[in-house]
Amino acid sequence: MASETTAGAIASPRDEIGFWGFSKPQLAALAVLIAFIAVAPYFLYPVFLMKLLCFALFACAFNLLIGYVGLLSFGHAAYFGMGGYIAGHTAKVWGLTPELAVLAGAAFACVQGWIFGWIAIRRQGIYFAMITLALAQMVYFFCLQAPFTGGEDGIQAIPRGSLFGVISLEPDMTMYWFVAAVFLAGFLFIHRIIHSPYGQVLKAIRENEPRATSLGYRTDDYKLVAFILSATISGVAGGVKSLVFGIATLTDVFWAMSGEAVLMTLVGGIGTVFGPVVGAAVIVTMQNYLAEMGAWVTVIQGVIFVIIVLAFRRGIVGEIANLLRVKL
Amino acid sequence: MDEIFGIPAPLLFGQLLLGLINGAFYAMLSLGLAVIFGLLNIINFTHGAQFMMGAFVAWMLLNWLGLGYWWALLLAPLIVGLSGVIIERTMISRLYKLDHLYGLLLTFGIGLIIEGVFRNYFGSSGLPYRPPAELQGGWDLGFMFMPVYRFWVVVFSLVVCLATWLMIEKTRLGAYLRAATENAALVQAFGVNVPRLITLTYGFGVALAALAGVLAAPIYSVNPQMGTNLIIIVFAVVVIGGMGSILGSVLTGFGLGVVEGLTRVFWPEASATVIFVIMAIVLVTRPAGLFGRA
Repeated sequence: MASETTAGAIASPRDEIGFWGFSKPQLAALAVLIAFIAVAPYFLYPVFLMKLLCFALFACAFNLLIGYVGLLSFGHAAYFGMGGYIAGHTAKVWGLTPELAVLAGAAFACVQGWIFGWIAIRRQGIYFAMITLALAQMVYFFCLQAPFTGGEDGIQAIPRGSLFGVISLEPDMTMYWFVAAVFLAGFLFIHRIIHSPYGQVLKAIRENEPRATSLGYRTDDYKLVAFILSATISGVAGGVKSLVFGIATLTDVFWAMSGEAVLMTLVGGIGTVFGPVVGAAVIVTMQNYLAEMGAWVTVIQGVIFVIIVLAFRRGIVGEIANLLRVKL
Repeated sequence: MDEIFGIPAPLLFGQLLLGLINGAFYAMLSLGLAVIFGLLNIINFTHGAQFMMGAFVAWMLLNWLGLGYWWALLLAPLIVGLSGVIIERTMISRLYKLDHLYGLLLTFGIGLIIEGVFRNYFGSSGLPYRPPAELQGGWDLGFMFMPVYRFWVVVFSLVVCLATWLMIEKTRLGAYLRAATENAALVQAFGVNVPRLITLTYGFGVALAALAGVLAAPIYSVNPQMGTNLIIIVFAVVVIGGMGSILGSVLTGFGLGVVEGLTRVFWPEASATVIFVIMAIVLVTRPAGLFGRA
């Protein structure tokens, strides 16, 4: 899906792969991103930035599937939300330290992604999207009824706890650096996956699956591993988010949340490295400023969907990359 | 005959009827999805919103123009179908040359817009819509109480599904449609106006959704979210049945409605998830769906 929309087809000398799989323009963009993360909390509200980083990581995880394997999952809220519930439950009821709580959430999302991915990769394209959406809705109904999720109330008053049992994360700034570190680690991990030999095979599957099969690759195995990785990283993002806000609710497992992951990636640019981050920043900022407008936010999101699909299929970062003739 | 498997008979038959009614909606909606998918190769994510629009148009006709249920049954599908034709002409038709997933994303966006606009004007709480005088009341069948309106919904939707099947399988227009599904370019070469056929097909599928919405209005309260949750279940129904066969999607729709109703009797907690579980089992054992072609 991404092949015709991304700047991927444009090769130029500036695209030479440099440090850690980053080309020079990408390194420049990465420097800007890290500088922003380092400076922003002194100018902007840290909780807002933490929310942004959680969604950025979520969108990056989603982009790993749509942008590099060509699989449109419409049910990523299931992993994001369950990661949040499990992290929240283990931190609050079991008293785990934050890093272990997030790991527990990620581990659950990993197993869940394994099972759901195993079911969903049997079908392709539109069916894949419908199946992932339906499985996510099943998780939603499960969370509505399961005792540990607290139903409509969600899990409230989740403690942020102390990192490794030593550093208290209760101050917003300390929590911010923890979130920033998790985000950067996830972001670089995804980048590493994409630029590994394994990632090259994924791209080959995206471009032409029958040919990849004929070359001897078990494409279903590759797709399943990508699905599991994407689900696990979504679980990390969800777990961190529930610790930041001290609450895990049904909103995070609802289909609308899956739609938001799609929207953020679409706005930023499917199949670009930095697109999902930019898209998440745009959408979270928009929701923040338009929060009082109620249902109009839904309308505006719908309008953005329509405009992007009809006119700007490359997304913001994709358009910029195309303009500069580089890969971003 | 008071108890069956230890379950009071009125409860069992009541849930069975409820299951049949849900099944009727699943069948009509998945039928519309299948018809649209067959020719346009997109999954119409707006389907839920258009189902909701059908119910709202019925409500508006009654409360703003004083036109009752029978008028709504005729006019609402036409009005909503026309809106579908406009959507297809102005937006969806631009995407046929692209990956089909863009059609899904576009119709998802349109669905968000429609739902959001209705939520702004009508709020999230439901609006009441009473069934017409002729269909009120019910019959006491001895083993259960049968409300006339619910009986009507099941019978009428069966007739609609059958009529759709006859139209697609037995008429000339249906033959064009089936031919264009197989090979659009060839059919166009024979002088059939395929773009118009596509537009009409989309309008027809949307009209089916709106018709289901009118039928649903007196049963469920008319509210902006009524379509969205339903359509996700219908997606699962479509995956289970496969979109290859018209009768297949109708059968799957009714069958799954009944299964859901029975689950509500024997294991109420699982009733919301049973269809998704069935979908998972079908995918593992028969990936192409019960009636699908691989």
